[in-house]
Amino acid sequence: MLTLTCPYCGVTAEETELTPGGQAHLTRFGPGSSDAEFEGYLFARTNPKGVHFERWRHAYGCGKWFHAARCTATLEVFGTYPAQAVAPPDDLIAHIKARRPGWEGWT
Amino acid sequence: MTTRLARGGRLIDRGAPLEFTFDGARLRGYQGDTLASALLANDRLLMGRSFKYHRPRGPVASGVEEPNALVNLGKGARAEPNCRATTTELFDGLAASSQNRWPSLDLDVGVVNDAMARFLPAGFYYKTFMFPRPFWKHLFEPVIRQSAGLGPAPKDRDADRYEQIHAVCDVLVAGGGVAGLTAALAAARSGARVMVLDQAPHWGGRAPVDGGEIDGKPVETWVNDALQALETLPNVVLRSRCMVAGVHDHGHVLAEERIADHSPGDGRPRRRLWRIRAGKVIAATGALERPLAFAGNDVPGVMLASAVRDYLVNWGVSPGDRTVIVTNNDDAYRTAIALRQAGLAVPAVLDARERAEGDLPQQARALGIRVETGKAIARVQGRKRVTGVQVCLQAGEGAVLEDIPCEAVAMSGGWSPVVHLWSHCGGKLLWDEAGAMFRPDPVHPPTGASGQPMVVCAGAAAGALRLGDCVTDAHLAAGGDGGAPAGAAPIEAPLAPVWVMPQGAPVAMRAKMWLDFQNDVKVSDIQLAAREGFTSVEHAKRYTTLGMATDQGKLSNINGLAVLSQALDEGVPQVGTTTFRPPYTPVAFGTLAGEARGPLFQPLRRTPMHDWHEGRGAHWEPVGLWRRPLAYPAPGESVEQATRREVLAVRQGAALLDASTLGKIVVKGPDAGRFLDMLYSNLMSTLAVGRCRYGLMLNEQGFVIDDGVVARLSEDTFLCHTTSGGADRIHAWMEDWLQCEWPDWQVFTANLTEHYGQIAVAGPKARALLETLGGMDVSAQALPFMGWAEGQIGGVPVRVYRISFTGELSFELAAPAGQALDLWRQLMAAGEALGVVPHGTGALHVLRAEKGFVIVGDETDGTVTPQDLNMGWAVSKTKADFIGKRGLERPALTDPDRWRLVGLETLDGSVLPEGAHAVADGVNANGQRKVQGRVTSTYHSPTLGRGIALGLVRRGPERLGEVLEFPTIGGALVKARIVDPVRYDKEGARQNV
Repeated sequence: MLTLTCPYCGVTAEETELTPGGQAHLTRFGPGSSDAEFEGYLFARTNPKGVHFERWRHAYGCGKWFHAARCTATLEVFGTYPAQAVAPPDDLIAHIKARRPGWEGWT
Repeated sequence: MTTRLARGGRLIDRGAPLEFTFDGARLRGYQGDTLASALLANDRLLMGRSFKYHRPRGPVASGVEEPNALVNLGKGARAEPNCRATTTELFDGLAASSQNRWPSLDLDVGVVNDAMARFLPAGFYYKTFMFPRPFWKHLFEPVIRQSAGLGPAPKDRDADRYEQIHAVCDVLVAGGGVAGLTAALAAARSGARVMVLDQAPHWGGRAPVDGGEIDGKPVETWVNDALQALETLPNVVLRSRCMVAGVHDHGHVLAEERIADHSPGDGRPRRRLWRIRAGKVIAATGALERPLAFAGNDVPGVMLASAVRDYLVNWGVSPGDRTVIVTNNDDAYRTAIALRQAGLAVPAVLDARERAEGDLPQQARALGIRVETGKAIARVQGRKRVTGVQVCLQAGEGAVLEDIPCEAVAMSGGWSPVVHLWSHCGGKLLWDEAGAMFRPDPVHPPTGASGQPMVVCAGAAAGALRLGDCVTDAHLAAGGDGGAPAGAAPIEAPLAPVWVMPQGAPVAMRAKMWLDFQNDVKVSDIQLAAREGFTSVEHAKRYTTLGMATDQGKLSNINGLAVLSQALDEGVPQVGTTTFRPPYTPVAFGTLAGEARGPLFQPLRRTPMHDWHEGRGAHWEPVGLWRRPLAYPAPGESVEQATRREVLAVRQGAALLDASTLGKIVVKGPDAGRFLDMLYSNLMSTLAVGRCRYGLMLNEQGFVIDDGVVARLSEDTFLCHTTSGGADRIHAWMEDWLQCEWPDWQVFTANLTEHYGQIAVAGPKARALLETLGGMDVSAQALPFMGWAEGQIGGVPVRVYRISFTGELSFELAAPAGQALDLWRQLMAAGEALGVVPHGTGALHVLRAEKGFVIVGDETDGTVTPQDLNMGWAVSKTKADFIGKRGLERPALTDPDRWRLVGLETLDGSVLPEGAHAVADGVNANGQRKVQGRVTSTYHSPTLGRGIALGLVRRGPERLGEVLEFPTIGGALVKARIVDPVRYDKEGARQNV
């Protein structure tokens, strides 16, 4: 069971306090989008062995959604940040690069 | 004979005798005994039968690794199968019985399997029961199931209570032996919050038996001093009888504490599950001795050398007058010395090594013990107990040099560190050639939340088997300052890896060399698996069942791997290990369930009127965690009869429904209308204050996920009703979109579901009922259909919604939760003259189906669009965007061949079976009959006097009047005609009065 620190309330939360929300930083495609764009938005998800950006909600705590950067192989958590961020913060990217020198980057 | 000696036994209290029974026989032991030691003291060496061949079995070990001595404990509501006698603490009145034998332990018919052993090799079942195929289901499987399993599962409800507790610590020390105590002291002195857990009821591990000195004190004295020091520290928690079952992600540790196993019925919970978050785990879990593989190594009386020593030193039990020691290392000489010092005979130590010149062999020789190097056991003599051994050369093929009569054999094949907790979360292992053991690879530890090493092994678990190394290693593992405790013990010479004894044993001998004692896996079985191509260790394990018994291979795995590696002519590290998985030893289901059973299995959500319904004899329907009355059967009335009566009460008079479970979410803010326009498929922002509108919610794919009525409370406030089960989910859904997609929109949401009790008053006399109580104008002019108004009824503040799910004149009254029951009671009292009754969800379902109203979850299953439900009218064509709009444009969702909502009427008026499918001509690629529709809801309609159903049928609304065929489970066909889903009051005149 994971522990993640909620970037809003600062609580180090047990996984039982959290609900997962899948891959972070998806762009919503609505009416007018092409079939390929919409298909990607609905279905295409990365499934890396290694660094992954995810959505979590502190559902049984402050109720806020946030993002977490986590290694799917070792479960190392590199950091959490607000869900309103359109990209991971620079210091987090730097931290991940330090921890995973071969990492290709987040996009 | 095994017997109790006149003296000795550091754990027993000879002043406290206890009585217990085994297979009905009354026996005596002492306080401090285990069941195994007490049975041995009573010369009950035979404790069980092996699983496959029903071979007679005595204990081979003295602790958690025991594979043989498994018994049934207790009776009735306290019965538990497969309990290890070696870890079961004796108590007065303990009742144990043997397993896997019939008619008795001594005379077991199943032993015929042993005579057939030659014909029951590894993979026998896989090879034999393949053909003919129908025989498997009807003959083979039932017969095999009959003989499967050791002890029978208990039939009665568990009489005991179990509890769970959460804890947090900086350092968790698993194991309270000398390494664990050393590590705990070092960690505690640094100020860390420390928990020390040991599976045994006593501290010190096995060092007090093995001897030696720490800091100049005998080990036992040092252990007591260390314990006293720890007990005085406020930052240390000590728990004995508490087994660390597993180390999980991010330092989550589960441990099972045996609180009252040894005092059943004393009122305490039987066991306790600890859920611990540990900053760091120090696994001071020691090591387990390995058996040696020689012919007849499973005969009762053959035990691990350490176990013989334990029974002797801890419990004063003699394994027999004469014990032959067989070993590949120095440690087993401790057993020889201990036996001799207790006045027992050691006819010989058979040492497979060419030389034995360490301190311990020299001590043994000095005591006059005969030491034979380069020797092995060719065969153990005896069947139900050892009568002697035949000696041969280890280097040879088993030619017998000598017969030595004896009652016991103490064997030692070296020690394996207990690396389970290291491995559970991915710690890697090294093969230590010198020690012939896997030990933790310090370069590849399991890692925690920030990538830091999360587990460290300490002492013997790290491969530091000697006392001095062990305490030094443990001190360092805990990051201890200053000097480590100094341990002193005799110097031991290296062992010789010996996996098969003698090394050139012919097949007849190898077929009697047990690796897995419980599952009857022998050296010959592993070699057969290798020959047949099961070269991966995981495959060989499953093919032979090596290590798959209740002991999970604690004794057998390393020996099995080594035999496999020899058969494959590869090194042990190349073959690798099987995966170590939690729990370390079995954990009771009761412990995992904790208090979550019976009434506490799930939380129960109660509406304000819950107790009233119960008093009225409601038949409950679970809806999520809620309970809703399905119907209120009168005395002598069935649920079906009550449902019919309640339906007619609504159609002809008036009835009350407790609708409190409906989700009620307030959406408020300047952007509330804009937000709801995105969430619902229809327009909500145009709704006038004081009005209600039905709405559908879709997911991005375009499928219906929820529905309900929205009321506009004020310019910037909407109240969204959701389905009963959907309130939490939809509230979370709203929050997801608000927080993540449109964080700049000014909207707040609040789930007020439990703040209001809601009562639906439906039927032609509904208005008359409300007017009887009075307080506000509920006339059609003041409160028209699909309007709402605020006021008082019977003195209770209410919001009244003119909405109808029954098709009748209907008012939904929302009152503050604390006053809802009062309002309900007033309505029931005032309605007595009008014949008003309560009605349940059973009647509601029939009433709405007569009207063709859908229920999300019945008519929808996550693949149904609004158009499928003939609700294209609820999908806005003017909105530029809403959730699901793009999804609905996908070709599959606009396909005219989609299944769409229709009514179904059987030709004979009967009720269609639930979930029945309408068949079409032809078969699909799998040879199955094609289908063209299915029943989604089906009831008897008392209003219409016939069965009615709703269903989804390919192009359904275009095919009104067609007759479909629905095969039933029995094979009969039911014919039903496609009709309009609205069977009653199609114009809606009755609800709009």
